[in-house]
Amino acid sequence: MREVINSLELYRNKLLTLYRNKFGEQIDFEFLMDNQIIVTVPKELLVSACLYTQQTLKAPLVDMIGTDEREIDECYGLYYVFASNDLDLFITISTRVERDNPAFPSVTPAIHAAHWYEREVKDMLGVHPIGHPDPKRLVRHFWSKEVHPLRKDIPKGMKLPRTDKELPFKQVKGEGIFQVPVGPIHAGIIEPGHFRFSVQGEYIINLEAKLFYTHRGIEKLAEEMNFHQALPLVERICGVCSFSHSTSYCQAVEKLAGTEIPDRARYIRTIILELERLYNHLGDVGNICAGTGFTFGISQGSRLKETMMQLNERIAGNRYLRGINVPGGVQLDLDNEISMQIRETLTAVAGDFRELKEILVNNDSFNERLIGTGVLPPEIALKMNVVGPGGRASGSRRDVRKNHPYAAYSNTEFQVPSYTAGDVKSRLLVRIDEIEESFGIISQALAAIPGGKLNSALGPIKPQSYALGYTESPRGENIHWVMAGQGNTIFRYRVRSASYTNWPAVQAAVPGNMVPDFPFINKSFELFYSCLGR
Amino acid sequence: MFSLFKKSIKTGKKTTKYPYEQEDTPAAFLGRIVINLQTCSLCGQCATICPTKAIKKEDGKLIIEYNKCLFCGVCQRHCPEHSISHTMDFELAVREKEKLTVAVNEINEDLDVLKGKLAGKTENILRRSLHIRHVDSGSCNGCDFEINALTNPVYDIQRLGIDFVASPRHADLLLVTGSVTEHLETALKKTFTATPDPKLVVAMGACACSGGIFQGSYAAIGGVDKILPVDIYIPGCPPRPQAIIYGLLKAIERIPPRNSI
Repeated sequence: MREVINSLELYRNKLLTLYRNKFGEQIDFEFLMDNQIIVTVPKELLVSACLYTQQTLKAPLVDMIGTDEREIDECYGLYYVFASNDLDLFITISTRVERDNPAFPSVTPAIHAAHWYEREVKDMLGVHPIGHPDPKRLVRHFWSKEVHPLRKDIPKGMKLPRTDKELPFKQVKGEGIFQVPVGPIHAGIIEPGHFRFSVQGEYIINLEAKLFYTHRGIEKLAEEMNFHQALPLVERICGVCSFSHSTSYCQAVEKLAGTEIPDRARYIRTIILELERLYNHLGDVGNICAGTGFTFGISQGSRLKETMMQLNERIAGNRYLRGINVPGGVQLDLDNEISMQIRETLTAVAGDFRELKEILVNNDSFNERLIGTGVLPPEIALKMNVVGPGGRASGSRRDVRKNHPYAAYSNTEFQVPSYTAGDVKSRLLVRIDEIEESFGIISQALAAIPGGKLNSALGPIKPQSYALGYTESPRGENIHWVMAGQGNTIFRYRVRSASYTNWPAVQAAVPGNMVPDFPFINKSFELFYSCLGR
Repeated sequence: MFSLFKKSIKTGKKTTKYPYEQEDTPAAFLGRIVINLQTCSLCGQCATICPTKAIKKEDGKLIIEYNKCLFCGVCQRHCPEHSISHTMDFELAVREKEKLTVAVNEINEDLDVLKGKLAGKTENILRRSLHIRHVDSGSCNGCDFEINALTNPVYDIQRLGIDFVASPRHADLLLVTGSVTEHLETALKKTFTATPDPKLVVAMGACACSGGIFQGSYAAIGGVDKILPVDIYIPGCPPRPQAIIYGLLKAIERIPPRNSI
């Protein structure tokens, strides 16, 4: 442990020298909460500092946050968060945008992963990215461009004025090219989103998705709430990644407060996080079968998922593992009886699943549909910073549990599966492998769980301090960013779910495939609209 | 192919007996709230702490609005006298929204009456075969997954003559989840118009019943009944699959007497 800290210390000093040599005295440095570094740069240096961080330090852009801090220093704040691939380190490049000139040089032309973030900042805060290649609306569908809901002078419940203008779609022109509109209400029992396919015959030339139908204003609602009060809201960002979201949030708050959670809580979180991954992945394996009409796979997958959800209900009293987390630890214990039930259920499900797996990977007619369908090439996945199973099926080895260990993951052994073909089959295989790893992690954690108390009291939290919380949800990394306000309340809350980074990847993987293959290419990424729209 | 048959036979029958027979509900389950009036000091702590303001203190008594309740257990945990507890009762769907607002000391009586007595108007036309179109009007996905669960081998809703259809043109009932976001208001209205008469609308989950945790947001209208006539309310966040089955059967007045098989 000592050695790691020393090397991090050395690395920090090295970084300081690197940035100083490159950018001179115009930048400010701040080291925060063991694994965060904040580099404040003037607006003019934003693009070069971001590019330098990404290229030299091999750290992908994982989030970007805009804040309205006019009441503090007459400025909007921008925070570009990069996560190192080699070290457990987050580097934030921050800059100030003065109130009278709400514009900044866009980073998107240099770093593609910034494109949605900057569009969102323009929509929600009215701070304009100058030079953005596609600066059209993202979150706002029809609200007037004069109002920006995340500005502090807009009340939470304000009825926003609307304009009649619809969002324009990209037109593909040529002989025999048609547009197929789908949604927002779909044929299946799924969430709302609009897809505009440009097709020639059966084949898709372009797909454009209009999303954010489920925008519920969660980030704004959370503002001014105290840290405990916001928890039920956080658990409802996404129904089925509920525990990952609440863990991300709690970790951010714990970092702000400088609170170490008890060891027992770390293990309980690990177990519950993996139970969440299991019920999601088991269901998703069935769902991929649904896309090909393989009814045997659907019913087996959904049955196994149901078994896991009934276990959830026995643990938490609800089927979505809500009400377990609390800032500072957990509020629900796993007693011997429930641990026993977890072990018994997992043994049964594991045996059952292995039989199903054998059938699925050896069924030729099923595999014919999966192999080579919906290919996301590794180089595109890298540029878009695609996360989770979607990214790991396209060559990425990034997994927050390994790269930036939290809960008790550093005390458990597991592999991170990775494939390079980038097709639906690879994404199925990543899930199948991860299910096996989850069984292992849970049994290790159950065996090693220490006794002791469940949660610690939060320490004092300084206004305007901020911190990151992150988890590897079943869909990939969830990053929550919390800035504290006066009197233990939230000043700004930003949620970047895995679906947020992966939706653009679906649009990249689909062209060249047939329209009937779209549902299961989409299913193989298994992205959500609810945590995207917030 | 043989391996498929073998696995299917080995799996056997997994379907629940609900609604014909009541099954064991896990002890940890958080259902309808009861308050022990002997020990309750009416301090109002529960009303203050409730994340959706589902508990109110009015004229010296506590009122619970189940259309807002998340069944999260926060009130139970924070009650200084430990007077609040969640029962395992999940069959809470009602026709009139007012019936979801109950004064605590009248709670048992009120709900018992509800359970025994079916509402007057019978939707005879839809009783035997009911086709549902699900509409997500901005949910967290929790309710949607529970509806999906209805089609799995365990709940197998088709055995009750109920099925989900792809288009509102083929539907008898709209099952609406979510708090109705501004962005989905038009889509929901259009779906309603596209559904032929006679039709029923079911609001499922705290969001659809009242706006739930998203009440008071600039982006959410807050409840399906703000824009459509609602026939049945199914409270819960989300309601468990059995509770949805109960609500759907209530919508078509087909709740079987217990132990009828």
